[in-house]
Amino acid sequence: MRDTPLSACEKNFIIKALGDRKRLDGRQPYDYRKVKITFGADRGCCKVNLGQTQVLAQVSCEITSPRAVRPSDGVLFINVELSPMASPAFEVGRMSDLGVEINRLLERCLRESRCLDTESLCIISGEKVWQIRVDVNVMNHDGNIIDCSSIAAIAALAHFRRPDVTVDGSEVIVHPSDEKDPIPLSVHHMPICVTFSFYEQGKYLLVDPTDKEEKVMDGKMVIGMNKHREICTLQVSGEMLLMKDQVLRCSNIAVVKVTEITELIQRALENDRQARLNGKKFGFAESEPTESILTNQQEPEEIQATETQMDEDSEEEKGMNGDLKTERKSKVKILDKGVGMIGEGGASTWGVEDNEMTEELQKEAKVTQPDHKEVTHTTGTLNATNCVTLKIDLN
Amino acid sequence: LVNCQYSMATFSTSERKRRPRGDRKSQEMTMHLQQTFNAAILTSLHPRSQIDIFVEVLQSDGGNYCASVNAATLAVIDAGIPMKDYVCACSASYLGDSPIVDINYLEESSGSPEITVAVLPKSEQIVFLEMNGRLHEDNLSKVVDMAVKGCKDVYGVLDRTVREHVSQVGSSLET
Repeated sequence: MRDTPLSACEKNFIIKALGDRKRLDGRQPYDYRKVKITFGADRGCCKVNLGQTQVLAQVSCEITSPRAVRPSDGVLFINVELSPMASPAFEVGRMSDLGVEINRLLERCLRESRCLDTESLCIISGEKVWQIRVDVNVMNHDGNIIDCSSIAAIAALAHFRRPDVTVDGSEVIVHPSDEKDPIPLSVHHMPICVTFSFYEQGKYLLVDPTDKEEKVMDGKMVIGMNKHREICTLQVSGEMLLMKDQVLRCSNIAVVKVTEITELIQRALENDRQARLNGKKFGFAESEPTESILTNQQEPEEIQATETQMDEDSEEEKGMNGDLKTERKSKVKILDKGVGMIGEGGASTWGVEDNEMTEELQKEAKVTQPDHKEVTHTTGTLNATNCVTLKIDLN
Repeated sequence: LVNCQYSMATFSTSERKRRPRGDRKSQEMTMHLQQTFNAAILTSLHPRSQIDIFVEVLQSDGGNYCASVNAATLAVIDAGIPMKDYVCACSASYLGDSPIVDINYLEESSGSPEITVAVLPKSEQIVFLEMNGRLHEDNLSKVVDMAVKGCKDVYGVLDRTVREHVSQVGSSLET
């Protein structure tokens, strides 16, 4: 099924906002969305949330015969599945172009950068080696699948434990986990991919584009780096022309981001390790928050409340219900059931008012109606004294 | 619209290749070629038409992408399709302490980092940049410079060949 195309006015809006260095979700141009890493009960299972983009990675191992060219090296196989669950644009069956691109990128980032020590995966040279398979499933697509998948894959590899083996001549004994502790894979370094999207022939640059921003971009650049400032992979794609200094600038930005994310992965791994050690419960079931509204959950966002000036002509009150608060900060005054009012002097744009109002009202709604009634209908009127009255209909 | 197809002959590598087209590496190569030429060809002068570029690798000794891009550039020029500039591609790597240009298969498979760059030589704009292996960030600038310089040299050769060919064809038409 085809994805709905982005309308021309949305495109223009996004690009125009970029000119003012503003993004749709209020981030700075070089900011990442919130990264949440959780591990499952199984070893090697990792789920990463990058904003709304969600990716699940699972690592498994089996014993196979090695490749003819490298008899003493294990095999690392990476497979990325774009399931239709992630986006209506993805289809089952033959891999689309995007799927091939992501697969190859992750392969190059993880395999050719030698982040995993494949020689330690050898059991009997030339006959039996471990084949490590990383399956990455994209569960929700809200932009920047590449970054999310790379974080998930590397975290899963670091989390995985393979069964211990003893070689007795030509006999190989695989010990199950209750006999001998499974051993971790030797991960040399953690390459993380950072995606940059370009707009207006390279004039504007964004880190971590969302789905809408991806649809509008001219082209993108993916830099895979580890925290030792080594570039593991670099790819410029899309139909655009770049200058060399842009590439260098991006790599500098990538260094900062990669260090942050590597730290986050380490912390998550450490937390999981502690939880397992202390016998506490671990896994996905424990990390999902319960007793909360599961649908339409919106995390509280920081909104810039601009300081507005006091207006002298606040005496001219026409048809206003309630007093006028002359304080600087906007405060919601509940006048009647379902009627809230914010009084502020001075000129302020609708946009700012709207945000503040909705946030205040959401807070008020939660406080005054604890049985979670939904706000179905709001009307706002702006009268002459720059005072806003809101009437909310609740059912 | 530019459509590309990249395929390697089964006899092109030292080991017989089982699947000439359709495997992941070929698909990736196809996509890269497509992007490169979409950026370089003035497709607005050919609306509602598709330009097909077929690339077949007869012998592979490293630098597949570079050779494909250079060959395709010459083919597009020969076909008379207008482009922004020649597209020249070159690869470079960093071995030991020095950057080296135009690596072959042996150097590729030895595990050293490899950068492949396709540029428009006159304006030095990078159309495509790809890197494999592990390279420290400080060396990135040097290696990219090396590759771009290599591209300029390739451009010299390509340009000379095109001019010679055109003058030959021109003179044979006169007689």
